[in-house]
Amino acid sequence: MARAAVQRRLTWQPATVAQVRTETESARSIVLDVPGWPGHVTGQHVDVRLTAEDGYAAQRSYSVASAPELDRLELTVQRVPDGEVSPYLADVAEAGDQLEIRGPVGGYFTWRPEAVEPVLLVAGGSGIVPLMSMIRGRAAANSRVPFRLVYSARTPDDVIYAQELSRRVRDDRGLDVAFAYTRGTPAGWPRPPGRLDAALLAEVGWPADFIPAVYICGPTGFVEAAANLLVAQGHEPQRIKTERFGPTGDREAAA
Amino acid sequence: MAIVTRGFTGRGRRDVNLPPGQYLTEDFPVLSAGPTPRPNLDKWQFTVTSETGQRFGWTWPELRALPSETVTVDLHCVTRWSKLGTHWEGVSVDTLLADVDTAADFAMVHAYGGYTTNLPLADLLDGQAWVAYRYDGEELDPEHGGPARLLVPHLYLWKSAKWVRGIELMHEDSPGFWESAGYHNYGDPWREQRYSGD
Repeated sequence: MARAAVQRRLTWQPATVAQVRTETESARSIVLDVPGWPGHVTGQHVDVRLTAEDGYAAQRSYSVASAPELDRLELTVQRVPDGEVSPYLADVAEAGDQLEIRGPVGGYFTWRPEAVEPVLLVAGGSGIVPLMSMIRGRAAANSRVPFRLVYSARTPDDVIYAQELSRRVRDDRGLDVAFAYTRGTPAGWPRPPGRLDAALLAEVGWPADFIPAVYICGPTGFVEAAANLLVAQGHEPQRIKTERFGPTGDREAAA
Repeated sequence: MAIVTRGFTGRGRRDVNLPPGQYLTEDFPVLSAGPTPRPNLDKWQFTVTSETGQRFGWTWPELRALPSETVTVDLHCVTRWSKLGTHWEGVSVDTLLADVDTAADFAMVHAYGGYTTNLPLADLLDGQAWVAYRYDGEELDPEHGGPARLLVPHLYLWKSAKWVRGIELMHEDSPGFWESAGYHNYGDPWREQRYSGD
């Protein structure tokens, strides 16, 4: 999508909801028609602006979930309990509704199909979204670069894109996926539920001497922990790109 | 004329004066592009380099021995959260530049981990910027930029480089990390300068 790389002024563009799809109990995917949309680089995000009838407006950023495409994109939004924009997108929006977007934004947490090094993706919860865009973009570009996804979710029911991921593991050559569950596992799962730790990352991740490009996305605590574990395992900090969301929660634990 | 989104009512109308597009948070979210660097305090150094190559350096004990200020400031992150009335302690950049003879108009701020951000030198002077090492009465956490971060609260928070290690003075402006990746060169939250071209 060469047009996306051109530096240009980002203006608000009207977008129409084409379709909504329930992903999990708390997350939905929203397909948007955006005439003139230039496509994006996988990993980038867009700003969404909602305006109420009295003119009150709120805006937030969301990662693009789809592979790059002209005139259309897909977001996946997880409801934040006391959020303002996410409950609308996760519960209220329906086909035909209009909103505004601008973007694509972000030139760092990105993967381009020209890249040749192996890629390690580490997702926590809805941090899967920009990484899924990379997985979809890789397939759309017929890239054979080895991709490994380590996806930490609370329970199997909280896994977004579960069916598509299992289909892609079968069909997309060079892609494999390892799940880690923090609260509840499927029956017969070999590990008890728990946070991503050094042993699991060593088992299902990639060794540092593979020199993968690493992308980590998720809540701050998850990203902080995963990045520290990978650095401790010898991965170059410069090769680890992170995207964090949500509050830190606990300042003491962080020190 | 903005498009009205059916079914969106908004959670609440603004009760405080925030820059456009921002919302209020009580949390202190983190935004970093990579792993959190943990520089060794025994080797830590803060360096000011003038446009002629003159260098001024402080070790960690030397920085902590400089006169400090406590400030209460509002923070505005380009990801849209604003946090009001945050308490910091650190050394004013005026103090660090007091003996530096310079005709430079711009500065590049460098951080451990390789992060950079650029701004006009004038925005670092006259009580507008600090090298801060305490937050809310405690030593600054690594994930919030400890041991020391720049604090330039009148600009979006990406200008307040975490894990700061130096200021390079320059005649010519040059984009830093996010400024090269589509974000605004100056970043004034009150003019909503989020992205290049805003």
